[in-house]
Amino acid sequence: MVDIQSKRTPPPVAERVPVIRWVRDNFFSSAWNTLLTILIVLILFKALPSFFEWGVLNAIWGAQDHTSCRSEGAGACWAVIAEKHRPMLFGLFPYNEHWRLIVALIIFVSVVCITLSRRFWNLKILAPLWITNLGICSLLMWGGLFGLEYVDTQQWGGLPLTMVLFTGTVVFGMPIAVLLALGRRSHMPGIKAICITFIECMRGVPLITILFVAVNVFPLFLPQGLEFDVMVRVMVGMAIFFACYQAEVIRGGLQAITRGQYEAAEALGLGYWQMMVRIILPQALRVCLPGIVNHIIAAFKNTSYVLIIGLFDILSATTAVMQDPLWRLFTIEAYLFVALIYFIFCFALSKYSQNVERWLDEGRR
Amino acid sequence: MEKLKSSASTQKHEELVIELTGVNKWYGDFQALVDINMSVKRSERVVVCGPSGSGKSTMIRCINRLEVHQRGKIVVDSIELTDNLKNIEAIRSEVGMVFQSFNLFPHMSVIDNLILAPMLVRKMPKKNAEELAMQYLERVQIPEQAFKYPGQLSGGQQQRVAIARSLCMQPKIMLFDEPTSALDPEMIKEVLDVMIELAEDGMTMIVVTHEMGFAKTVADTMVFMDAGEIVETAAPDKFFTTPDNPRTQLFLSQILTH
Amino acid sequence: MAEQAHPPKTNRSILHSIAFRNIAYQLLLAAALIFLGWYLYYNINENLDRQNIATGWSFLNEPAGFDISESIIPFDSSQTFARIFAAGVLNTLHVAFVGIFLATLLGVTMGIARVSRNWLVSRLASAYVEICRNVPVVLHVIFWSSIIRLLPHPRQALEPFNGAFISNRGLMLPFPVDNALYPWLAFALILGIGGALIFARWARYRREHTGQYISVFWPSTSIIFGLPLVVWALGGAPLAWDYPELKGFNYQGGISLSPEYIALLIGITVYTGAFIAEIVRSGIESIHRGQIEASRALGLRHSFIMRYITIPQALRVIVPPTASQYLSLTKNSSLGVLIGYPDLVNIGNTSLNQTGQAVEAIAIMMLVYLSISLTISIFMNFYNKLVAIRER
Repeated sequence: MVDIQSKRTPPPVAERVPVIRWVRDNFFSSAWNTLLTILIVLILFKALPSFFEWGVLNAIWGAQDHTSCRSEGAGACWAVIAEKHRPMLFGLFPYNEHWRLIVALIIFVSVVCITLSRRFWNLKILAPLWITNLGICSLLMWGGLFGLEYVDTQQWGGLPLTMVLFTGTVVFGMPIAVLLALGRRSHMPGIKAICITFIECMRGVPLITILFVAVNVFPLFLPQGLEFDVMVRVMVGMAIFFACYQAEVIRGGLQAITRGQYEAAEALGLGYWQMMVRIILPQALRVCLPGIVNHIIAAFKNTSYVLIIGLFDILSATTAVMQDPLWRLFTIEAYLFVALIYFIFCFALSKYSQNVERWLDEGRR
Repeated sequence: MEKLKSSASTQKHEELVIELTGVNKWYGDFQALVDINMSVKRSERVVVCGPSGSGKSTMIRCINRLEVHQRGKIVVDSIELTDNLKNIEAIRSEVGMVFQSFNLFPHMSVIDNLILAPMLVRKMPKKNAEELAMQYLERVQIPEQAFKYPGQLSGGQQQRVAIARSLCMQPKIMLFDEPTSALDPEMIKEVLDVMIELAEDGMTMIVVTHEMGFAKTVADTMVFMDAGEIVETAAPDKFFTTPDNPRTQLFLSQILTH
Repeated sequence: MAEQAHPPKTNRSILHSIAFRNIAYQLLLAAALIFLGWYLYYNINENLDRQNIATGWSFLNEPAGFDISESIIPFDSSQTFARIFAAGVLNTLHVAFVGIFLATLLGVTMGIARVSRNWLVSRLASAYVEICRNVPVVLHVIFWSSIIRLLPHPRQALEPFNGAFISNRGLMLPFPVDNALYPWLAFALILGIGGALIFARWARYRREHTGQYISVFWPSTSIIFGLPLVVWALGGAPLAWDYPELKGFNYQGGISLSPEYIALLIGITVYTGAFIAEIVRSGIESIHRGQIEASRALGLRHSFIMRYITIPQALRVIVPPTASQYLSLTKNSSLGVLIGYPDLVNIGNTSLNQTGQAVEAIAIMMLVYLSISLTISIFMNFYNKLVAIRER
């Protein structure tokens, strides 16, 4: 019997050593790739050191006077963040009460993280959790009770205002989105037509025009004497805008549910709303969850539009604060800081969305 | 398989539970049901067979209003099937349906699938519904699967759960729309056994199927449909040996020889 | 067992009829909407009267009374509101078209780079996509506007290549001097494109009838570019360029792109490009490997696989979401109001403040954007029907 083992030979060095194999495959696998790698490395060699010098080596850290930022050879002025971060993050909120905002933010972010985790997806847990959450955060922000100083909504600003607008948009927008999606798929032609028209009109115009309507036109529609806080109007406008995009996503999810599910529910005698709430929507929302999360991320980014109408979310507060003539030259650093905050939040949510997609794919098999 | 005692020797009810008179249905220009006349007595077992596209599924789906007939009259348990919501609700609670693709609700456990309709439609308290559900799960012989999810069960088990789910509404009539067509061969027997047991207990059944062995055992009446019409109605003895209509003969020769 | 006479159990009430209920619900909804509409109309008329704000469209014929910083059509403050709105629409379309073109180039390049086997290339492209997608477009536009404002004064402008100047007053580029030959060049270009299409048709006809393959790429390119080149040479090869020159505080000559235009353009292009890159990537990845393998097993060479297998299928996946990204970019051009670029929303906003006629101004803005979005939707539906893969 021939010894099969003796025919096997060890691989060549390039194959055997994992590092060499990895480098070869990823950097030099073809003539074109080799050329690209060399080009990019050259460009990076030229560009990276100067960025590094500007951003790290010569940069001014820590709370220092603006004059040191203007001195010769100074790099990035990160000191502007140390100097200005309070008004940037918290807007016009009274200085001594900032601790309330920090506590509210921590509570809010923790509750959001809990909500995202699949283990807690039970209405009996989530509903009281969110009601408590919203209650505590409202209390901390408004004050007026338990010895906390009252702070009017006109003075809300910065990151908490961003969170408030974002929460209002999503919380008011999701139910509207579900109703619009169901109406869009209705068998009654009148309801279907009205929903389609509404959705397409809202999706065809920029968010800015809707904010203009909320600020300028909406008060004209109200009878004399009735007024709504501008923040509430803006939240409603953004919620409706969000709902129209979300309705299309949910409609896709509803379409993905097989007819058999509808038929089984009908055959058992379930009514329309019982069928939708218990059978169809739980399945549809799971199917289109990645799309839903994407629009929620977009809603977070869209809060920055209030810059145009004068509410002071984090971006708007930063712009206002950087009018300070002493620090005006260092606006870039301030904006990079704000960009980082947005990036962290949105990137985390998008990674979560990718996770959800992976989990859904596994379940489907 | 020995022939089940026909309803003739058990307590026979002459009362008609389902009557179809002159039922016609069109999909646009295509006529799916052509002048259907059929009546089913209480505890009668009717097996409907025919080539695909003959309208068998359409006919039984008209009975619980999953399809709407444009002309003719359907009366179920003395209630006429019309546009009226109350009539439809009443009929749907007396008529149970088992589908070819099971249609279990995948996001709910087996026991939740079973108790949903009794709680919401018959307004049963949860405890009673759960007892009822476990009773029927035992009848279909899978009580140990109560807390699993449909995705974790085999096809045969899922179909038995679907049968139990319909039974939990305690219907007077059961409709089966090709219940074993989507099953792997080794699982067909377990589902047919459950259906035979149901028949022995006196359930009124209309079964659309290709399983002729089951038909010979259980059926009181065989109905052959082709191209939307009822071509022949006969007792199984006559149906399988000396059918009147040449189309019936052709169909039987096609399915019984392979 | 004797038959029992059952009392009739059929419910005959019309209230429970499905058809009746459907009509009733729709009528109720219509009535509610009509009532709401009437109520809002009544309120708004009252409020406008009370605040002495004019209504109606006659303001469109009145002189605008304010100037705008740049416009494609000539404009000064004595001309009407109608004309200034038209200028705004043109500005919007101008930045939108250029933005769409650049964003597509950027997005396609980055999308292809993301699926590259080269680790550096794909990681760099990923970094670009993730950073630009997760930052709001408002911040993009403001960021670039700040950078441009920090550029040096025109006297110390940067000069990347001969004749081009970047400063905080914008970008100046040399532009060919107007010459009678240029219309002829444009005509020659159109002829060239037509000629290339005819050539491609003929090449296909040849291939289908004789099996002989004629490469279309190089001949077409030379026809498209060669014809105008020939006309240019024949016309005396005019080479005069208008170079920007420093006169006083700014440059004259050549063409200039304002800082607002550049900031808006870069901001929306970079942002939308990242989304298009993702779409292109998912389109490329949607092609099953099995199809490429089957094509290679059949002996098709790479360019054929690209042209007949990969690109048609990838385009089906890529085109619809990209169309909605184009629409999104057009709507994002409304951010001009933030940095002073006179797009439609900026002009509408100023008009709104000047005349107080908020409703009319906003209505004009919304109508224009709605028409643009409807046009894109119609083209999209048309495209989808055209390329739909017929399934059983």
